[in-house]
Amino acid sequence: MISIRNVGKRFGTFQAISDVSIDIQRGEFFSLLGASGCGKTTLLRMIAGFESTSGGQIMIDGQPMADVPPHHRPVNMVFQSYAIFPHLSVRDNIAYGLRKQRLTRSRRYEMVEEMLDLIKLPGYGTRRAYELSGGQRQRVALARALIMRPKALLLDEPLGALDKQLREQMQLELRALQKSVGVTFVLVTHDQEEALTLSDKIAVMAAGRVLQIDTPAGLYETPVSRAVAGFIGHMNFFAGKVSRPTPGSAQIEAEGLGRIEVDAQGLRQAHGAKVVVALRPERLVLGAAPPEAARNVMAGTVLTTAYLGERRQHYVKVDGMAEPVAVSVPNQQRDGQHAVEQGQKVWLTWSDDACVVLDHA
Amino acid sequence: MKPGTYISQPNTSLRLYAVVFMLFIYLPLLILPVFSFNSGLYVRFPLEGFTFNWYLALLNREPVFAALGNSIRVGLTVSILSTVIAVFAAKAIARNRLPGSGPIVGVIMLPLVVPGIIFGVALLVLMSRLGVPLSLYTVTLGHIVVCLPFAIATLLPRFEGFDLSMEEASADLGENGWITFWRITFPIVAPGIVASLLMCFTISFDEFIMAFFLGGTHATLPMYIWGQLRFPTQFPSMLALSSLIILTSFIVIFLSLWIGRIGLPKSAQSGIFK
Amino acid sequence: MHSDAPFVADRSAARPRTGWIGRLLFRHEHLRGYGLLAPALIVTGLTVLVPCAMLVMLSFWTQVGYDYDTSLSLQNYQTAYEKPIYAALLQRSLWISGMATIVTVLLCYPMAYYVAFHVHRHKMIWIILITLPFWTSYLLRVFAWKVILGYEGVINSGLMHLGLITEPLRFLLYSTTAVSITLAHSWAAFAILPIYVSLEKIDKSYLEAAADLGDGPVLRFLRITLPLSLPGVIASVFLMFIPTLGDYVTPAMVGGPDSTMIGTLIQLQFGSVNNWPMGAALSVILVIIICLLGLCSFGLTRMFQRWAA
Repeated sequence: MISIRNVGKRFGTFQAISDVSIDIQRGEFFSLLGASGCGKTTLLRMIAGFESTSGGQIMIDGQPMADVPPHHRPVNMVFQSYAIFPHLSVRDNIAYGLRKQRLTRSRRYEMVEEMLDLIKLPGYGTRRAYELSGGQRQRVALARALIMRPKALLLDEPLGALDKQLREQMQLELRALQKSVGVTFVLVTHDQEEALTLSDKIAVMAAGRVLQIDTPAGLYETPVSRAVAGFIGHMNFFAGKVSRPTPGSAQIEAEGLGRIEVDAQGLRQAHGAKVVVALRPERLVLGAAPPEAARNVMAGTVLTTAYLGERRQHYVKVDGMAEPVAVSVPNQQRDGQHAVEQGQKVWLTWSDDACVVLDHA
Repeated sequence: MKPGTYISQPNTSLRLYAVVFMLFIYLPLLILPVFSFNSGLYVRFPLEGFTFNWYLALLNREPVFAALGNSIRVGLTVSILSTVIAVFAAKAIARNRLPGSGPIVGVIMLPLVVPGIIFGVALLVLMSRLGVPLSLYTVTLGHIVVCLPFAIATLLPRFEGFDLSMEEASADLGENGWITFWRITFPIVAPGIVASLLMCFTISFDEFIMAFFLGGTHATLPMYIWGQLRFPTQFPSMLALSSLIILTSFIVIFLSLWIGRIGLPKSAQSGIFK
Repeated sequence: MHSDAPFVADRSAARPRTGWIGRLLFRHEHLRGYGLLAPALIVTGLTVLVPCAMLVMLSFWTQVGYDYDTSLSLQNYQTAYEKPIYAALLQRSLWISGMATIVTVLLCYPMAYYVAFHVHRHKMIWIILITLPFWTSYLLRVFAWKVILGYEGVINSGLMHLGLITEPLRFLLYSTTAVSITLAHSWAAFAILPIYVSLEKIDKSYLEAAADLGDGPVLRFLRITLPLSLPGVIASVFLMFIPTLGDYVTPAMVGGPDSTMIGTLIQLQFGSVNNWPMGAALSVILVIIICLLGLCSFGLTRMFQRWAA
């Protein structure tokens, strides 16, 4: 439904976005994820029409948006600062965009009331911006945009200004709202947890380019590059080299991990290529005694442990590795027998499919 | 320990200084009203008697009303024109990343620093080369030069403190540039506009140097007073007139500065003088 | 949704057409900006740039009888350079303005300090009250001093009435003293602002850190407050010195023969002496001096910033 083709954007000599192509389907909750300055907000603003493109095309439902100014585009935006008009009441704020539709005042107010119910702020119509909390303002901004029945709703870091508890609560509400209303949502965020929680699809961006577009699970479990892998969640990286002794078999000699077998068919890289093996902390199993007959074993000593409530994160010094290896162990019982101590010798095992092989660069 | 944080504890001698300073600033101006009620012809102690005569005498003087009318007409025109130009200019400067806006603003703000006589003389030269006769129109032009920097300085903080997203939100919701201006920008900037109108009017009303060079025979109120000051016997009536002008200026400017601070975030309140 | 209408209505049905001006403005953001700035630019161009250019041109012409000799010559500048009166007046103007400025800035500093550090509520009211007199007519303020300092004026008659003196003080009016006092009073309200702003901007935690490290109040002032407020002081000097250089109202009303300033001379050239080219040349010279002073202050501020960084 929203089609972004080879879009670029230049500010003076600074290339903010280079050759980005994204397709967003109708009804999807799509997120643009990346660190500050990666160009995600610029891209969103180009969809909304506040920035012109320096190359490429943006199409909404097949209509090219090249010469269409923001007030003629069939999408609406929720701004990072919410931009609630201070001189208008909540009701007039929400009804703002309805002026051009020839509706009677009572019909307009009816629609506003419906919206207020939807965002769970019934009866707030006569209040003003300064009387609202951050979370309430955010909802009013949502209502103001949704009442326009946009083809897509664009959200620019809408939850950034809220504290953690409120943010988590709003995330769930936002997800529920999107599902019930069925509108395409395009969200910009730098918080990967947020993106994972809310989205059907995520585009990870860095330095003006798209690194990977995938579902949350796809990004988490099969990242295509080291940049993406490191961005989403915590990841251990082991440098290594590919060796293909026979056409049907492949191995990787990696630091720390030792020699591991990998599926020769699925492996892209050629013999002798430098790779990085990525392993999630929770896919490593920690044992206090050497395992009996496991193929994949690493030995090491515990450097430090972080107690994180629902789990413990151990940092293990493994031979041949400069960086400690992170191992995540859920706390299924109260502090007790299975707790591992600092300096204790431990053995780490993992299953074959836990490894993700990425290019070294 | 006295109350208050350690760093800013009150200091009696400094306070005394502050009081004396304020007296120094205000007393000379208050001399004018005090002696305007004095029945003696000369401005000196001892005060002779209380009288309204000098004020009443003003009512009979035709030239006073003519000059007053001129000043008001010029003042209104100047304040409206300056404010309108300044609104658009302030919006352009605060919003759009314009290359060269720094030097441009510098040139516009020049009249704040450079002696007025230079601009007065320069405009005089231009008008005479173009063959334009000196009149209230030329005075208006001169006053716009002087007022525009103040107008822009009053409006600029207001635009800078104004979330850009507001106008974008309005555009996003379907309104074009012009409608957005009226529905969103204007109401939010309104206090600044009022402040600018009041301030420009007062500046123009009080302004002497440009009027002197560019007014020719059409006198504004300050020019009229200047002419009368050659005659010491006219002093008391001029005291009365001056007192009225000062009072009006005080009130209007106070209003302007007060309104100009409505709804402005704390950081922007130091205004022009950065 | 509650209503029956589909939520995502078909908004493409009646798509408004964007005119070519709209498209042009949409594509080029800079065009929009300059368009808005245009009236201000036109006005400034017509009323500031063009006249000043004309002034410069006029300064190269000479006055012959009632007409101008439009051949370009440096005659006026030569006269200004040769005749000692011009240099003398310039010097005197610099001296009077300079002294008045320095005295004013020194006197304003403690007041600015008071409001910045010792006033906790309604700071804005104080600032408004202090600057209010500045907004009244310049002419009227000078008039006030004329009657105050006069031979039979307020001060003299008051002192005589109180028996403190038997004869009026002559030096009060029509003297350099009078001009200085009047200038100081007129500009105090304006000069105080840059100092106040720079003092206000000083982060109080710097002073707290200094106190924590052992400095008493005097040292804190000398080592922290004063240096950090210097840019404001320099700005204040700049903002008062330059306009007062061109003043002619004050010397005309309260100055004596020994306190004529360059402004008076320029005004005379355009008035009774009727030698406009000469007046133009003097004005240009004044502007050049102002530019040099401006560069000075700019350089000083930069130097200071580098030293402080």
